[in-house]
Amino acid sequence: MNIVVCVKQVPDTATERKLRPEDKTLDRDAADGVLNELDEYAVEEALRLKEAHGGEVTVLTMGPQKATETIRKALAMGADKAVHLVDDALHGSDTLSTSYALAKVLGTTGFDLVILGSESTDARMGVLAAMLAERLGVPQLTLARKVEVNGSSITIERLTDYGYDRVEGTLPAVVSVVEKINTPRYPSFKGIMAAKKKPVQTLSIADAGIDAGQVGLGAAWSEVAEFAVAPPRAAGTIVTDEGDGGVKAAEFLASKKFI
Amino acid sequence: MSEILVLVEHVDGEVKKVTLELLTLARSLGSPSAVWAGPGYTPEAKARLAEYGAEKIYVADAEEITGYVVAPKAELLAKLVGEASPGAVLIASTPEGKEVAGRLAIKTDSGVITDAVGVGEGFVAEQSIFGGGVNVKSRVTKGTPIIAVRPNSTAPEPAPAAGAEERVAVELSDAARGARIVERVKQEKGARPELTEAAIVVAGGRGVGSAENFALIERLADSLGAAVGASRAATDAQWYPHQFQIGQTGKTVSPQLYIAVGISGAIQHRAGMQTAKTIMAINKDPEAPIFELADFGVVGDLFKVVPQLVDEIEKRK
Repeated sequence: MNIVVCVKQVPDTATERKLRPEDKTLDRDAADGVLNELDEYAVEEALRLKEAHGGEVTVLTMGPQKATETIRKALAMGADKAVHLVDDALHGSDTLSTSYALAKVLGTTGFDLVILGSESTDARMGVLAAMLAERLGVPQLTLARKVEVNGSSITIERLTDYGYDRVEGTLPAVVSVVEKINTPRYPSFKGIMAAKKKPVQTLSIADAGIDAGQVGLGAAWSEVAEFAVAPPRAAGTIVTDEGDGGVKAAEFLASKKFI
Repeated sequence: MSEILVLVEHVDGEVKKVTLELLTLARSLGSPSAVWAGPGYTPEAKARLAEYGAEKIYVADAEEITGYVVAPKAELLAKLVGEASPGAVLIASTPEGKEVAGRLAIKTDSGVITDAVGVGEGFVAEQSIFGGGVNVKSRVTKGTPIIAVRPNSTAPEPAPAAGAEERVAVELSDAARGARIVERVKQEKGARPELTEAAIVVAGGRGVGSAENFALIERLADSLGAAVGASRAATDAQWYPHQFQIGQTGKTVSPQLYIAVGISGAIQHRAGMQTAKTIMAINKDPEAPIFELADFGVVGDLFKVVPQLVDEIEKRK
């Protein structure tokens, strides 16, 4: 099975994240870049499917040069090889552009299964897997808390408000996975060493046949008109419990008409 | 005034609260048209949509619309966008709603904005990003603005309208039939409201200490008619099921009232609840960052404060 895992380098959620005043895009230099946490579950799921069914796991990322650190992490976990789409023209791409560019690359790598994390911790839109399925014209098996492949058929448990849906499709397909579908493995020392020798193919937009007019900040379908650091919330009333903390809390709720 | 399409969220034939919120919001932007997708459309549903301002109701209640994952809803909306040329499309910013919005954006060559907490003139959407640290105003610049709006962003208010019904037939493409739903498994959630939709959320964290102690969080929630949530520390420890996790990698809630019990308020947690209108915190550590957000905080032992709070709420009912 030819499995492609799409991963994203995101700013560490524990650090302060900013937009750049000059073009209102994410400031990727202001914070340490890490593998998007939800993508770790995607990599793990890909490795488990490969271990059960054979095949190969390819890591695919679109991002600046420094995203190679993130690729190495996924390779150290056990992925076989990687494709890095990197081009200054991609800076500022929105999700429509990103899904277009990734679909182009997937068209050349080929795939039986594309796996993504359910969302990135920076943009948090949660739309990319659905958009890829739309662009590639393959089944959308997203928000999976369980994935089973049997020959050319695939079944997932899709997380819903009320529980889950059992969903069936046929490969090739796009899957996204939710947190806790599995426990991602830590890269071993051996894995980290091996990752340094694994092939990473670097593609420019020209290499991938991507139309420059469809990507980058200038092509975006939406724009940030303005942004501002959120003002701190007005200081609240903090009381120390002296045997009447619950009563005081109730009085506050009553004053706000919640009770 | 331009037509504003609102995709109706419904369960067992009942219109969900978020749809009434979106209809209310749509009235401030243009003329609301509700779009009903899937079986379950009833005279009661129609009346409800009209009561909250739907001038028109497009009905596509064929079974197969909800028999496959997301794609049929996007095809239905794309057809309506093509025929009605609406000013904008509003969809609930739930995990599924966002996926519908994403596919629709590609089909209609339009921009998409998710997680809006408000939409104003010119369809400028307000968002709160990076765990609530930055407020953004953004707008779609190509095609029809497709905006996914978070539940609880607008207070629903009735304003009766015509609710003229228009039947829509959709011929699904083969691609839309790729992911077939073979079973819907409903897990018991009792009488509590859904977490992402609830007006009040009571959440427990590390300080709660055990799975058994979550009964106390549930008691407080039930006294207020609230949903129950949990921090990552609590779900990692398996004190409460993962589907109720609020935060960066879990659910995002934006209720009228959020009560954080035994939650320190790390940035990853705040990312899931910071747009709550009113925040109350109960924690024994006066240095806990959650108190920086709290409109009202009690520094104390939650096992003393919460039972007293529940008694007091019951007394006042």
